[in-house]
Amino acid sequence: MKARQQWVAFVTILTREVRRFMRIWLQTLLPPAITIVLYFVIFGTLIGPRIGAMAGHTYIDFVVPGLIMMSVITNSYSNVVSSFYGNKFQGSIEEILVSPVPNYVILLGFVFGGVARGIAVGAIVTLLSLLFTSLQLHHLAVILGMVLLTAILFSIAGLINAIFAESFDDISIIPTFVLTPLTYLGGVFYSIDMLPEFWQAVSRANPILYMVNAFRYGFLGTSDIPVSGAFLMVSAFIALSYVYAIHLLARGRRLRR
Amino acid sequence: MTSALSIRSLRKVYDNGLEALKGIDLDVAEGDFFALLGPNGAGKSTAIGIICSLVRKTSGTISVFGTDIDRDFSQAKQYLGVVPQEFNFQQFEKVIDILVTQAGYYGLPRRIAEERSEKYLRQLGLWDKRDNRARMLSGGMKRRLMIARALVHEPRLLILDEPTAGVDIELRRATWQFLRDINARGVTIILTTHYLEEAENLCNRIAIIDRGRIVENTSTRQLLAKLSTETFVLDTREQLDAFPDLPGYTGRLVDSHSLEIEVEKSQSLNELFASLAEHNVHVLSMRNKTNRLEELFVSLVQAGADRAGGGTDGGRS
Repeated sequence: MKARQQWVAFVTILTREVRRFMRIWLQTLLPPAITIVLYFVIFGTLIGPRIGAMAGHTYIDFVVPGLIMMSVITNSYSNVVSSFYGNKFQGSIEEILVSPVPNYVILLGFVFGGVARGIAVGAIVTLLSLLFTSLQLHHLAVILGMVLLTAILFSIAGLINAIFAESFDDISIIPTFVLTPLTYLGGVFYSIDMLPEFWQAVSRANPILYMVNAFRYGFLGTSDIPVSGAFLMVSAFIALSYVYAIHLLARGRRLRR
Repeated sequence: MTSALSIRSLRKVYDNGLEALKGIDLDVAEGDFFALLGPNGAGKSTAIGIICSLVRKTSGTISVFGTDIDRDFSQAKQYLGVVPQEFNFQQFEKVIDILVTQAGYYGLPRRIAEERSEKYLRQLGLWDKRDNRARMLSGGMKRRLMIARALVHEPRLLILDEPTAGVDIELRRATWQFLRDINARGVTIILTTHYLEEAENLCNRIAIIDRGRIVENTSTRQLLAKLSTETFVLDTREQLDAFPDLPGYTGRLVDSHSLEIEVEKSQSLNELFASLAEHNVHVLSMRNKTNRLEELFVSLVQAGADRAGGGTDGGRS
């Protein structure tokens, strides 16, 4: 397949993915917006003033970047895992598998579909946050770079989950038992400086901590961890998960009999 | 003549140990209308699955128009269009989107994809339904949608797995005519079917697969010529108490007004009627007990079962 044809195939998969989450916006775009507004109201307006400053910032300013990142992570992941598994379940994944589309184009098409939803939800949440606080912009490139890399990483992770999944239960296990705890303990709601040293060390093993802090640095200019280290770590995770996902597609694991 | 499909020593052993294909060889010439017949579990769908890369082969080689699928899978797949047995499109997508998207997977630019989609939706009578969600279509329309989808990149080899299963007679005949037309335009067609009448009417060549082996592979005409007997059911005007004594013929009394008689190819029907007339039996109507090809198919598969010691392989169809 020539490069131009591969580009057409990539755009086709991406378009279909975007069309899918736009068609079911009541399930994909609205719920995260409502959930995050509730977070803003409860943690920002009601409880936030009683908590006081966090890492030198008002609580609402501290918590907003983390909540935006939380939306990006969960929506990137869930878009790919539910779309790819849905294709497996309906058999429509065969439409792609019988075609000449190379595996890496299949992967990129689905992953950037997840990135599109993650960033769309992130943008909605960011706009809604302006109703509660005025966002600072410390380093725009860090914000955009980290949100893009995070969305890519969790989209690939969603694809890997979907490849292994054999039932709808299997696509909710990782988000419920892994992703949500890591996100809540990833410094979204607090600075790890508040924790005893032992738990600070434990927290540093959580990759989401690095993403949230680097993203927050882009807005506030403060971070619990070195920002460059966060970029390196997320890039390394992306490289590893990409190679693994391509390996699974090439082997036809749970896709070809 | 160019070979549209060439299969050599194709084997498939599933993880559960089932050997679905036991080293089959098969050639389909360009322009053929080829039927692949076999009972459930014979290996038809496994063979098709391997050709279109949904099933991984254990060993053997496959080339499509001279292109080895292992060496240049991209080119080989450009030649292939596949209509699977089960509906496998996105049920919530619009009909037009399903076709345009499929064309995109083959690298066709949007404008060409839209033109082709309109062309095939019109040809298959689905243009008026282009904005309907696929799940809203009737069963017959869904079958036609899958044919249109398989044709949108204009493959040279079209493979159809049970294309008219569950389709009413009128639609089945319309589908047959459509397939004849595209075959006449140069598209090589391979189909699997349980309707042996379908294979007899459409195909110029037939291969029969049984227990993972090709047990017959010849032209439809030669295959039918192998039939040594045909079984007829005769409805009689007179009431009969027993099967009449007809020298040279065997049969049975089905009920008081119908006989089932086996006629050798060397025997003439005139002689049969003359013998019946001698017994004052007048025939009001007559029909084949089964489709001619069906009789041959059953005898070939039965012979295979006898050789294998009876029973049939379990497995995937």
